[in-house]
Amino acid sequence: MKRIVSLEINGRVVEEVVADNMLLVDLLRDRLGLTGAKKGCDGGECGACTVLVDGRPRLSCITLAASCEGTRVETIEGQAKGGHLSALQRAFHENLGAQCGFCTPGMILAAESLLRDNPTPDEDQIRVALGGNLCRCTGYVKIIESVLVAAAEVRA
Amino acid sequence: MSGTIGQRVPLIDGIEKVTGRAQYTADLDSRDALVGRILRSSVSHGRIVKIDTSKAQALPGVVAVVTGEDCALTYGVIPIAMNEYPMSREKVRYRGEPIAAVAALDAETAARALDLIEVTITALPACYTPAQSRAPGAVLLHDDKPGNLEREVHHVFGDVTAGFAEADLVREETFDCAEINHAQMEPHAAIADYDAARDRLTLHSVSQVPFYVHLMLARCLEMDTAQIRVVKPFVGGGFGARTETLNFEIIAALLARKAGGKVMMRLTREETFLTHRGRPATQVKLKIGLTGTGKITAVECEAVMAGGGYAGYGLVTILYAGALLHGIYEVPNVKYDGYRVYTNAPPCGAMRGHGTVDVRHAFESLLDRMARELGLDPFAVRRANLLSAPMFTANGLMVNSYGLGTCMDRVETASGWPDRKGKLAPGRGLGMACSHYVSGAAKPVHWTGEPHAVVSMKLDFDGSVTVLTGASDIGQGSTTIVALAASEILGIGLNRIRTVTNDSVITPKDNGSYSSRVTFMVGNAAIEAAKAMRAKLVAAAAKKLEVSPDDIECEGETFFVRGSSQSELSFQDVAIAALAEEGTINVKGTFSTPVEAQGGKHRGGAVGSTMGFSYGAQVVEVSVDPDTCQITVEKVWAALDCGFAINPLAVEGQIEGSVWMGMGQGLCEETHYIDGLPAHANLTDYRFPTIAESPPIEVHIVESIDPLGPFGAKEAGEGALSGFPPALVNAVADALGMDVNFVPVTPDRVQEALIKFRRANRRKEAAE
Repeated sequence: MKRIVSLEINGRVVEEVVADNMLLVDLLRDRLGLTGAKKGCDGGECGACTVLVDGRPRLSCITLAASCEGTRVETIEGQAKGGHLSALQRAFHENLGAQCGFCTPGMILAAESLLRDNPTPDEDQIRVALGGNLCRCTGYVKIIESVLVAAAEVRA
Repeated sequence: MSGTIGQRVPLIDGIEKVTGRAQYTADLDSRDALVGRILRSSVSHGRIVKIDTSKAQALPGVVAVVTGEDCALTYGVIPIAMNEYPMSREKVRYRGEPIAAVAALDAETAARALDLIEVTITALPACYTPAQSRAPGAVLLHDDKPGNLEREVHHVFGDVTAGFAEADLVREETFDCAEINHAQMEPHAAIADYDAARDRLTLHSVSQVPFYVHLMLARCLEMDTAQIRVVKPFVGGGFGARTETLNFEIIAALLARKAGGKVMMRLTREETFLTHRGRPATQVKLKIGLTGTGKITAVECEAVMAGGGYAGYGLVTILYAGALLHGIYEVPNVKYDGYRVYTNAPPCGAMRGHGTVDVRHAFESLLDRMARELGLDPFAVRRANLLSAPMFTANGLMVNSYGLGTCMDRVETASGWPDRKGKLAPGRGLGMACSHYVSGAAKPVHWTGEPHAVVSMKLDFDGSVTVLTGASDIGQGSTTIVALAASEILGIGLNRIRTVTNDSVITPKDNGSYSSRVTFMVGNAAIEAAKAMRAKLVAAAAKKLEVSPDDIECEGETFFVRGSSQSELSFQDVAIAALAEEGTINVKGTFSTPVEAQGGKHRGGAVGSTMGFSYGAQVVEVSVDPDTCQITVEKVWAALDCGFAINPLAVEGQIEGSVWMGMGQGLCEETHYIDGLPAHANLTDYRFPTIAESPPIEVHIVESIDPLGPFGAKEAGEGALSGFPPALVNAVADALGMDVNFVPVTPDRVQEALIKFRRANRRKEAAE
């Protein structure tokens, strides 16, 4: 079965015909060309496809597109506003929170959700919030630093 | 942005990564592409009787089907050991080996087509362990390899018998290290586009070695190399998984040619695991002789590796394991016996710290125990065996710079070792170990006589400099290093520089990203190219200012006559003056390894040879849960001598990443097979540490300034890895009073070992 789903993606209303079994990640990547959400595993294990749905981090690889009717979806492509990197994007860039960059979009969005809820997270809170996002390059050291730097900047 | 070397510089392609603009292979536009899928063997070892693809071919929407019949040529990374077909012919040797592939209009049709391929295989007995493979009468995986031995190595340097006779303490132990996988975050992918009208093939792939892929495509498709183009987009990590041509790259190309079009091949995570090339399960039997003051008198080492079904990098791995017994400490007498054994499992290959990690683990573990027996501090026993550079090791390796002693000093102080070692609360422990790694293999895999690295540079009317390099940035920041080298020598800002990378029709050939060669070799080539360009600029400025080139000085992007501030020229002025002579300026720089760096004259002597070794020391602090035996790494202090940190931010990132990857191997990572069936092929069962269990890592950069390195630099991305597993088990020994001879130190294994250990202790006490 197919249906028309209407949702807001990075501030733009999108209407698409989707199969009932279409995943949000495939809608984003294959239909809309928003390839920032990555597929790093065969479903729900790595966090690289994390996007925000109504402000909450969601694994787009185990989310049905049809279930996102009427929601507000944010992807990495919508994080920079008016040519300015978000605080997290800048912090990840300047502090080498990204090496190969493959986990980075998911990492930044998971962290974005954390900082909106808690602008003053400590290291342990960051570890909990990003616990579902795997990285193989950094040892997570500079990811934690990047989130702390971004949090300080958001507060300032 | 400052382009000065030695400053912390964000990666020049970092903006793309944080904005989602970075395009990885699977992200490239494939709306007009067919979907490629691979059918894999469900049998560990067997003879192929029949493959019937007729039903699959008849399925509407299927455009091409290929099998082993479509490619009768082997491929492989080592010219003398190419024994693998892109899709198996006659025999299958591991579960998951490609047998056939389809290209269809959509993924569903491709999947249905795979189901319609009928494969008949007669199963053969399978060998899953080196013991099974080496047992008398074991069925052979490859008819030309008796005893299922891919390669055995027997090296003796010095007089081992005399060495052990001089020793006051001789100990021998056997260590088991589990097989591990790179598990880079990006699953494998390739897009092959065949232009039938011109008989041209373009492949975009996740490779660390696009040049090797180019060669193997030409070989397996029997095409002229000139008809092939290989492009590497952004790559989501490699760690060695992609340092050889992989079957799916050739299969995608075979499909594209047969279909007469474009094929997108995206492997699942499971298939990415099946493609493997990880670090083999290795058993290391090690014997060390020490004098009472801790001086090493002799070393005897036997390494047995379960290599999987095909050769891959195997002979290099088994040679590395022996060669890198040398080059870190003074070891005058060394005997090494290495056995690389075929097993019915996905082929192993190169992984970060290639060859050295498991042997270094055994060495640093045993050395620690012997120091304890002699009443020596772990730092002291290692200090008793330091090298003094420059020197050549017993096996002919060149050591030009050596910061190991400083590394040890740094972590000893930073960790508070003298006050804390042996004095922590019960269940808590400190351990240390040292490590090293090559900065680029001094002899390339394909020896052609060419320079090891070439970098091209263009200056044009707009005053911008374009650097062209075939070096594969896979996230380690190598393109940034090349740009920094250019910016430093030319005295220009990074904003004036653009880089073009990894497109065989545009960029100069590069051997690829492996053996930590890029900073050393490509960095040096970039310096040479920039110097050539600078000479042209200085000459143009001199002509314009009517002085000798020797009188020209530069301050940043300004050129002026020495001692005069009157007449000065901007970079743009000079660029236009230089172009007036000859138009667009193209220069190149090259790097070749010196002969003396190329290793000993013995068979296999080239492996392990390098221009410079990185050196590392680290201290690991652990706590062990008394009930579950779960080990938590509380903190790591890691020092690495990288010669000179061209970009300290990236060096830190590399050290943190390699220490952490060593932690994964030490703590929890391992593959697991049930009768050859991979049971680990996902990111839940293949456990690498999450952010929740990853400790703070305090990094100390040591700069020994290597005489041959670019600005004195050596490698920084691998050397720290092999220090972690032994530092971990040495810390566990401190915490529990028990030595363990295995990694990973999973709770179940530690629990079992502890029960046995305590039982043995009670028996001993009862007997006394």
